[in-house]
Amino acid sequence: MAVTAVDRPVDYTDLAKRSVAAGVITLILGSLLVGLETVPTPNGGSMQLEPRYRALICAAVGIAVVYCLVELLKVGRAMPALIGGLAMLAAFAVLEWAKIQGLPLGDQLPFNSWVVNWGVMLVPISLVLRALLMMHRAGRPAAVQQAGHKEDGFAAFYLKYNKLFGTLLIAIAVALPFAPFADRRLVDIGTLVLTYVMLGWGLNIVVGLAGLLDLGYVAFYAIGAYTYAMTSINFGLSFWLALPVAGALAASFGIILGFPVLRLRGDYLAIVTLGFGEMIRIIITNWWWFTGGPNGINDIPRPSLFGLVFERNAPKGQETFAHFFGIGYLPIQRVIFLYFVILMFALGTNLFTLRIRKLPISRAWEALREDETACRALGINPRNTKLTAFAIGAMFAGMAGSFFAARQGFISPESFVFLESAVILAIVVLGGLGTQIGVVLAAVLLIGMPEYFRSLQDYRMLAFGIGMVLIMIWRPGGILSHRSPTIFLNRGKAKP
Amino acid sequence: MALFLQQMINGLTLGAIYGLIAIGYTMVYGIIGMINFAHGDIYMIGAFNALIAFILLGFFGITWVPLALSLVLIIAVIVTAVYGWTVERIAYRPLRGSTRLAPLISAIGMSILLENYVQLLQGARNKPMPNLLEGGFQLWTENGFNVQVRYLQVGIVALTVALMSGFTMLITRTPLGRAQRATEQDRKMAALLGVNVDRTISLTFVLGAGLAAVAGMMVLLYYGQIDFYIGFVAGIKAFTAAVLGGIGSLPGAMLGGVLIGLIEVMWSGYFSVEYKDVATFAILVMVLIFRPTGLLGRPDLEKV
Amino acid sequence: MSEGPLLSVEHLTMRFGGLVAVDDVSFSARDRQITGVIGPNGAGKTTVFNCLTGFYKPSVGRLTLTGRRGSFLLEQMDGYRIAQRAGVARTFQNIRLFPGMSVLENLIVAQHNKLMRASGYTFGGLIGLAGYRRAERAAVEKAREWLERVRLVPMADWDAGNLPYGGQRRLEIARAMCTDPDLLCLDEPAAGLNARESAELNQLLLSIRDEQKIGILLIEHDMSVVMGISDHIVVLDYGRKIADGTPTQIRNDPAVIRAYLGEAEEDENPAAEGAKA
Repeated sequence: MAVTAVDRPVDYTDLAKRSVAAGVITLILGSLLVGLETVPTPNGGSMQLEPRYRALICAAVGIAVVYCLVELLKVGRAMPALIGGLAMLAAFAVLEWAKIQGLPLGDQLPFNSWVVNWGVMLVPISLVLRALLMMHRAGRPAAVQQAGHKEDGFAAFYLKYNKLFGTLLIAIAVALPFAPFADRRLVDIGTLVLTYVMLGWGLNIVVGLAGLLDLGYVAFYAIGAYTYAMTSINFGLSFWLALPVAGALAASFGIILGFPVLRLRGDYLAIVTLGFGEMIRIIITNWWWFTGGPNGINDIPRPSLFGLVFERNAPKGQETFAHFFGIGYLPIQRVIFLYFVILMFALGTNLFTLRIRKLPISRAWEALREDETACRALGINPRNTKLTAFAIGAMFAGMAGSFFAARQGFISPESFVFLESAVILAIVVLGGLGTQIGVVLAAVLLIGMPEYFRSLQDYRMLAFGIGMVLIMIWRPGGILSHRSPTIFLNRGKAKP
Repeated sequence: MALFLQQMINGLTLGAIYGLIAIGYTMVYGIIGMINFAHGDIYMIGAFNALIAFILLGFFGITWVPLALSLVLIIAVIVTAVYGWTVERIAYRPLRGSTRLAPLISAIGMSILLENYVQLLQGARNKPMPNLLEGGFQLWTENGFNVQVRYLQVGIVALTVALMSGFTMLITRTPLGRAQRATEQDRKMAALLGVNVDRTISLTFVLGAGLAAVAGMMVLLYYGQIDFYIGFVAGIKAFTAAVLGGIGSLPGAMLGGVLIGLIEVMWSGYFSVEYKDVATFAILVMVLIFRPTGLLGRPDLEKV
Repeated sequence: MSEGPLLSVEHLTMRFGGLVAVDDVSFSARDRQITGVIGPNGAGKTTVFNCLTGFYKPSVGRLTLTGRRGSFLLEQMDGYRIAQRAGVARTFQNIRLFPGMSVLENLIVAQHNKLMRASGYTFGGLIGLAGYRRAERAAVEKAREWLERVRLVPMADWDAGNLPYGGQRRLEIARAMCTDPDLLCLDEPAAGLNARESAELNQLLLSIRDEQKIGILLIEHDMSVVMGISDHIVVLDYGRKIADGTPTQIRNDPAVIRAYLGEAEEDENPAAEGAKA
């Protein structure tokens, strides 16, 4: 590759044609759904349409222009992207300013919602940044390379500071609730993120290590949650006693489901597990006298710390945490306690995974993922090996589920829809299969961010979907995908 | 007996709709071996396109039902087919040749994206649709129970049969079908022999989306209302149908669709409506355990 | 060690629908011998192998293996148990390594069953019992020995998929040997190797035969490769056995010559029947 990207000639006619095509396609795509809004007629009953031409035309022109700029950027022409991006931003700023000033021009913003308007501006911003980056690199043509090299650099960087990263993350996680800016909301979000980190690490054993595509992971989560809710309410089992029960029950369900289906081809397994997840949800919803049906279960007892409860007034025979330590009662104590419980669970899951990766069972999982036929020829029992992975993954989900029930104090089938499975799987795959830190990054990105921007409710899931697609295209192997061997011959006792 | 017959008719209709969606799954799986998770949402988009087209035609005063129906069909199919093409182009093509999981995740993301896109643009509420094709044949009366075939049901089944035969012709007789089958067998070899693989795959998505749009329009007319969430459940059922019939097989997809429709309707009629989806999945699991290749699928003998 | 043959194949028949891939084949393989199974493409050699190693269930026939671990009827065992219990290891015509795992890991996975027991079926390993660490060290030692024999020590920590082709072939054999087999089945191990690599391979196989004292079953469609090292040769054609004997006998067998030169029409191979006697 002697020719640098900058030298590549551009076929401008062809580019123009393709840009126009992109615009026309956008026009067709949006012609009905974007261009016309169905609204109920004033007298009710049927529907009528309200046009939204401006949004449609802006979208079509915008996409044509952006397509053109991106294509030029790809062949090393940074200037048009820079100018175009800045022009778009300037136009937006003028319109936004006009709106604030109450000028008539202010009505001409492309979309009706300010979130979409601002969100769309991310496109020119990233265009400008990319263009600047490219110009910066232009002096060093060798740096203008494909994604392959970049990926190596990223993974290598991570590997070099692997230990440091891990320690740093744990330190941050431990310190977070005591940070000056930490309010109840932040700790709550942290708890939620950690729940998903634990789920992600659990599912990583099934999908990342054993290569079994499980789309119904949330079912085990649900089983754990309901196990704790029902045993604590019906038999008065404490959280810490119910935890192993929930884990074991979820693992048993994993084995019962896995036994017949684990020999299926990967994609069939995916759909069967998906079906299983839906079945569990439907059963929970309809078995109302047992599970409370769609209304769910209320007043689930909160966990205690060695018998110390987190309440203002202790129930009979128990002591409150605040009283025991002679400090005043604050509601946030419980929030912080729950945060540390899930942090401990998550770290426990991580430790388990790190340990088991050095054991034959985990190597057999990975070998099965690589080539099941070869495994059989080596005398490895594929079904039992897969079942173990499935059961262990289910166990962690069950425990996370108990925690979820204990933290919320209320559960209903709505928390266990397919979307949850998809989100957990997305965390694992986006994070990079098999890497532990990748899961954390993905969980923060996919759960923490949207949760933090909860006020943008309606747009949250849209951004989530777009994010999933974009990250996959940007890094098909996940944000951090790297596997280092679990044992070395020539590197002494060096740990990966 | 009357109930059975009535449920039979309803099941066939529903099954025809599932079958049309299932074809999209089966073709895509056959050709690139991925579960196009967003296909159910393409069908939902088809239904919305059809709804908006109906209202639009009403606005222009085109109310003669046969003309309106055909126009809506054409508009919805074209626009939805472009969605199919775009989804493949944006979310799947860049991931061709990467790990098996990457396109699946991308597809799940696409599915979430499309659902929320429609929800944001058209609102979360149910969209009602006036009944255009009222009436039907009275087949039989037993103890005051009328077994009725609605004209709409006849239309749905007839259109499905017509589309299916056309489709079978397309796959078995035309160069496109040949290119498709070749790509399915061996993508690299097909490319070496001059098959435009990218275009063939794109066309597969376009055709699948077109059929899903037809199914969407049928469902709109049949149930008289849609919302942005209909794609998920229908998508799963249609995929189940595709697997049940043997993934990769067109007649299998249709057969699977009809069976799923019948199972669902019969279960609702005789046992419980709540558990109809559980029944569907249970049967899927059974089939996969005892006949993993589906009913009409080719057995795949492991090459060692 | 037992007096009888290590492996005896009796009346093995394998049908796929209407196609008879292997038709009433009987032969035996002995301990400390290399038994070559040869024949033109499509003669049914790999099918025989797949029946032996449990990937196919034979339609008819009895496959008896009598090794250090005892006597086993292979046709009644599940695929993985044949390797686990009976001690039959195999390689594949189109190499099947675990390409994403390191070379060393490939060899450790091959010792899975032994290590599983040592790790107390994972529980002991999780709490860090010393027994497992010892067993793992022993497994690494064994792997190192084999890596030395196949000259892959410097590449031990590479991903197996990054090895050059010849290295992958050698690694696959080393991996099969790490399962401690009584019978090693090699499916065209010389395919794709150049003359030097091929000669090296022959040396390796001869040394395995002599030092490990196990039986080797070798598929080849290239006669010249197999003639040099086999103690005993079985010739298949169109799913039937047409000859059985020492390399010298085979070389002079008219039925074999006919099969390889593709002469004349199919007869009922009276010559082959004669050669067997």
